[in-house]
This record gives sequence, C-alpha cells and structure tokens, in this order.
Amino acid sequence: MMDAVEKPVVNWGILFKDSVIAAIIAFGLFALMLGLKTDQALNNQMVLVGRPGLLAAVVGLVFVARLMTGYWQASRAGRIAPAKKTSSSAMMLKIEKFGLPVAVGFLVAYPIFVLATAGPQGAIKWIDNFGIQILIYIMLGWGLNIVVGLAGLLDLGYVAFYAVGAYSYALLASSEPIKEFMAQLIGEGFWQVWAFWICLPVAGILAAFWGVLLGFPVLRLRGDYLAIVTLAFGEIIRLVLINWVDFSNGYAGISSIPRPSFFGTPFTAGEDGFAAKFGLEFSPIYRTIFLFYVILALALVTAAVSMRLRRLPVGRAWEALREDEIACRSLGINTVNTKLTAFAIGAMFGGFAGAFFAARQGFISPESFVFLESAQILAIVVLGGMGSLLGVVIASILLVGGVEVLRELDFLKLYFGDGFDPAQYRMLIFGICMVLMMLWKPRGLISAREPTVFLKEKKVVSSDLVKEGHG
Amino acid sequence: MEVFVQQLINGVTLGAVYGLIAIGYTMVFGIIGMVNFAHGDVFMISAFISLIVFMAITAFAGMSGGVVFLALLVALIVSMVITSLYSWTIERIAYRKLRGSFRLAPLISAIGMSILLMNFVQVAQGARNKPIPPVMRDTINLFERNGFQVAISYKQVMIIAVTAILLGIFWYVVQKTPLGRAQRACEQDPKMAALLGINVDRTISVTFIMGAALAAVAGTMFLTYYGVVVFSDGFTPGVKAFTAAVLGGIGSLPGAVLGGLLIGLIETFWSAYFSIDYKDVAAFSILAIVLIFMPQGLLGKPEVEKV
Repeated sequence: MMDAVEKPVVNWGILFKDSVIAAIIAFGLFALMLGLKTDQALNNQMVLVGRPGLLAAVVGLVFVARLMTGYWQASRAGRIAPAKKTSSSAMMLKIEKFGLPVAVGFLVAYPIFVLATAGPQGAIKWIDNFGIQILIYIMLGWGLNIVVGLAGLLDLGYVAFYAVGAYSYALLASSEPIKEFMAQLIGEGFWQVWAFWICLPVAGILAAFWGVLLGFPVLRLRGDYLAIVTLAFGEIIRLVLINWVDFSNGYAGISSIPRPSFFGTPFTAGEDGFAAKFGLEFSPIYRTIFLFYVILALALVTAAVSMRLRRLPVGRAWEALREDEIACRSLGINTVNTKLTAFAIGAMFGGFAGAFFAARQGFISPESFVFLESAQILAIVVLGGMGSLLGVVIASILLVGGVEVLRELDFLKLYFGDGFDPAQYRMLIFGICMVLMMLWKPRGLISAREPTVFLKEKKVVSSDLVKEGHG
Repeated sequence: MEVFVQQLINGVTLGAVYGLIAIGYTMVFGIIGMVNFAHGDVFMISAFISLIVFMAITAFAGMSGGVVFLALLVALIVSMVITSLYSWTIERIAYRKLRGSFRLAPLISAIGMSILLMNFVQVAQGARNKPIPPVMRDTINLFERNGFQVAISYKQVMIIAVTAILLGIFWYVVQKTPLGRAQRACEQDPKMAALLGINVDRTISVTFIMGAALAAVAGTMFLTYYGVVVFSDGFTPGVKAFTAAVLGGIGSLPGAVLGGLLIGLIETFWSAYFSIDYKDVAAFSILAIVLIFMPQGLLGKPEVEKV
C-alpha cells in the first residue's frame, strides 16, 4: 500500500555537516581567486585588492545551495518512483511536430510585428540584434546538427567552414579584377550589386570542398580523437588567416565588403535605390528586414534539406552510424563515404552562413572565428538535443537571445556598481549550461525521436530506450 | 652550433612545462578514457593562484632575493594544493556522473567546464595581462663562440631541476606505492579492480589530483618563465600538451614526458629557424598528423576496437 511508505526522515545533522564541508571546499576554491583581485595601480604596479564581502557571499551561497539540494534529495529518498509515463516522449514528439511550423510562422511574422510595435527606429535593434543574430546561430546549429546530431561526428572546428564561407565571399566580392572583368562583360556596377547572389553558392561549394578536404584524412578516427583533430584544423585555418597577410589582410580583416541587394536593386539612398524604386522614404530598416528574410530562407533551406536527407538512405546510414559504427561496417555501409557526405553537407551550410555573415557585417576579421564560436554552436546543438531541429531553435533563442538580453540589463549597474557589465557573464553562463545539460539530460532538451524506418506501426523511441553508440 | 645549443636549452625548458601538463591528460585518458578538455584551464588557474600568492607575500615582505625564492616556493605549494582541489571538484561535479553515459557526454561536459573556468577567471580577475615583477634574472654563461653567448638562466635551471625532481617523485608514487598500483590496476580493468577491493572512485579522484598538482607546477614555472599570465592562457598550452600526450602515446607516462620535450623542442626550433608566426600552426599540424597516421603515438599501445 502506498500509505505504508514512511515519510522520509531528513537527517539534519548529516545535511548540515555536508553543507559545512561544501562551504569549506568553496572557501578553499575561491579564497584566492575571488577574495583577492589583482589590479593595476595608477603607477602601473600590480596590487592586490581584497574582496571579503564577495567571498563571504559566494561561500554562503554554496552553503545554502548544498543544504537545499541535500534536503530535496533526502525528502525524495523514500519515495517510490512513479511509473514512467510513456506519453512524455510521445508528447515531446508532438511538440517537435507542431512546434516547428509554429516557430517558422512566428519567425516569418516577427519583423512585421516588431515594426508595428517598436516603430522603424526602434525596430532595427530588435530585428538585427535579436532576429538576425539568432537566425545565424539557428542556421549554424542546423548545419552542425547534420554532422553532430545525425551522423554523430563531434566536430569542434565547425567555425572553420563558417570562416571559409565568409572569406570566400569577402575576397571574391571585393576583388578588383573580377569587378573589372564583370564591368567589361556585362556593365558597370553589375558586380557591386549582384556579388552576393553569385558568390553565395560559390562560398557554400568552397566550404563543402574544404569539408571534404579536411574530412577525408580524419574520418577514420573515433569520437574524441576526431573532435580534437577538427579543433586543430579550425585553429590552423584561423592562424593562417591571421598570419598570411597578403591573402587575408591578417588581423586587420577585410572591410567594405559589398552588401547584398534586393535582387539587383541596392539598398541605397540614391535614385535607383530600393526605397526610391518602390516609392518609399529611405530608411536603413528595409535592408535589415530584407537581410532577416534572406537568413530565414537560408535557415529554412538547411532545415528542409536535413529533414529530407534523414529519410533518404544516406540519412538512415548517418543515424545508424551514430548508434553503432561497427554494426554499420559489418552490414556493408561505406562508413568513410557516409561520414564524408555528412561532413561536406554540414560544411556547405556553414559556408552559406559565413557568406551571409560577411555580407551582413560588411567587415570580417579572424577574431570572429575563434574556437569559442565553435563551442558556442556545439553548445546550441547539444543543448537543443542532438538531432532535433526544434531543439536547436529553442537553444539558440535561449542562449543567443539570452546574451542579447544580458546586454540590455544596464539597470543592474544601480545595484552592483558601475563596473558591473552583465554581458561579460555570457560565456560563463554558456559553460555552466553545457555542464548542467550534460548532467541533467545528456541527450538534450528534445531527445525523443521518430524512427525513420518502422515495422507495421510507428513507435516513438524515447531517449532512455536508445542504447548509446560507440561512434 | 651556438644558436642550436641555446635553442636546445630553451626547448627543453618549454618541453618540461608541456610534459608536466601532458601527464595530467595522459593519466586521465588512461584511467577513464576521456579527454579532459578543462585540464589546460586548470593549468591556467594554477598560474593565477601562484601569481596571487606571490604578490601577497612580496607585498608584505618586500622583494629581496631570499624572500623572492621563499615566495616562489610557497606559491608553488599553495598552488599545487588549491589546483588539486579545483581538479577534484571538477571531477566530482562534471565528470563522475557521466562515466556510464554515452561517449561524447564527458567530452562535451569538459568543454563546458573549460569555458566556465576561463570565463570565471576573466570575471574574477579581469581580462588584462597580469605581469609579475621580473625574478631571477641572472644567467650563467656556458660558453662563448663567434661572439654569440650561450647562456642558461637560473629560471631555466630551476624549471628543469624542479621538473626532474617532481617527475622522480611521481614515478616513485606510480610504480612503487599501493596507490600507484591501484591506479595501474584501474587503468587496466576498473571492474576487476573494484572486485578486488580497490576503491575505483577514490583512485580516479587521486588521478585527477595528481594531474592537477603537476599542472600547478607547470603553471608556476610558466608564470616565472614568461612573467605574465592571462585568462585565455589555458587553451593553447593545453592543446599543445595534449599534442604531447598523443605524440608520446596516450596513456603512457614516459610517453607524455617524451612528447612534451619533443613538442617544446619542435616549437623552439621552428621559431628559431623558420617563422615565429607559424609556430602554433606547426604544433596543431603535428597534432593532426600524429592522430591521423600514428594514433598510438611513440610509446603507446595500439588500441583494439571492441564491440
């Protein structure tokens, strides 16, 4: 009988002891790192500044947190776990199924909604910082999802392909010889206007080419070795971009990259500009809205392609490979080719996103393609649930949007003093999220998946039933 | 010839630092089969702790010769203790629960931990370079030929000597004590070791602590050698030390030291004879080449893939 279960006894003595130990450890960890700050005095000498208040607050926080988690665990200890609801993963799938169209519908309506509520002046920030920024990460997340989520290849150098795309577009679009050649061939000003639309596919193809080139030697390696080699490749590409000044202009980067046009009509204030042609008053908002829809379209193409590919033989091979590589090989799947397609297609979408990034910024430098960027994209895929498209959207909104919200929290300075900059905590929060997510749900927020092949009846595969592979 | 000898000295010094960090990677990989991506940042934290302790002591006691030496010694010991505590905590919080999880989970958790540590230091200590006042600037002139002086600084002597002594102690612990035997047993077969009464969890914790203590030695040496540390300093030395561990054969302790020395030498000779700009490219290329063509390394055992 359920009543027979005794109410769990919380042993406060042990709990208190545990918390004190946790607090002592926290004191040991933070006494030097938080309690003392190294600072530069006016005469350029290094001095130490004590911060006992901060240290006490953090240690106290650890004590309370340990006490609370300990109590929570103890009060649940005697409880019989309720029968596992099988519907939870079915529900998750339903969310995935209906959530995606809803999310897409929301995204399509987003600029119009913002424009209506915030007006043309206020809307730029919301569309550019929130909308476009998040969409770039959604696109990158979906691209990396093909590699990590579907094929199970941990790629820590995805930013390399992003960089290849960005630099291909930037170098091609701002190259003088091509511009002159095009001017002679078709007409003056043609390249300036059409560069984006011509270079976008080229950037994607070049990135895919690099994907094959880098992927070919490394794909024989297993999980974590592959991850480290891709990290090395990502860093090599960045370091070459920094050091090969003749090619990429080094640290200084490439500026005044041609901006995308509305299919031949530039967004300028002049007579043949977009605004004049459509009888509108000139405003930079049109370009922003247009860029928003371009990246939305690119992202949706990525999603559509990865959804379709999942159902093709190659996609099934990817997922099989993710679950068990040895079984795949013994069933006659060509693992190298299968991995290579995943790598190349993922790289291609990274290249598209890179070209878009370069066109949107108008300026790129190697600073934008550091390892942390790769880690950030990976965090989005992992947090969202590897293989889940909607999960990537949710994770991007939470992480990237959350960072942008942090920037807006200037009022916190009133409480924490002038030196307090909420934005500097963003990567800290990123790191915490990644660790907590792995501890709490290693398979991500949306972890149930619909099988692509089934016998008689479609059954949802809950994440707990999926045996983890050794890929 | 003179340049060669001088670079040899510099390379061995650098290699000692890499070797010390590499041991942490190789031990953890050997025992639980994961790449402890946060190890480089643990190394960076140890340098910061040394810096703070050193500054705290010299702020009270001045900068005379004896005090500096004592301050460095205290900084080294405090840094070893606290860095071990960091590593132990990291293992308890971020890795232990994931030991049975799918293969990439610990690696992703470790990457998260690495980002967390790096940004924790940035938030706690600021993003600027943190210099220490130059210490032990004297050098010993070895010989002079064709107007080029080959010299070894006291710092370099200290780094090489401390590394050698600590490696000796470490070697003794792993080979001759019950603790080391337990560690080697867990490395070979954790389940069997547990059946025979070895506390596997504790042994793994000790592994993390030992790796961190050696990383703390490297961190203190790094700080005195370069005289400056910054929050992002964990990444590149971390990757290079991992390269060293892989080059020497991951899981093999002498391999890690050998790999560290090789990487240090390659880096210094590359900077001296080719181009200093591409020295990191060289290190990363070696990592890729070794992993692709020689994943078992120089002294490692070839790995058999099991179902």
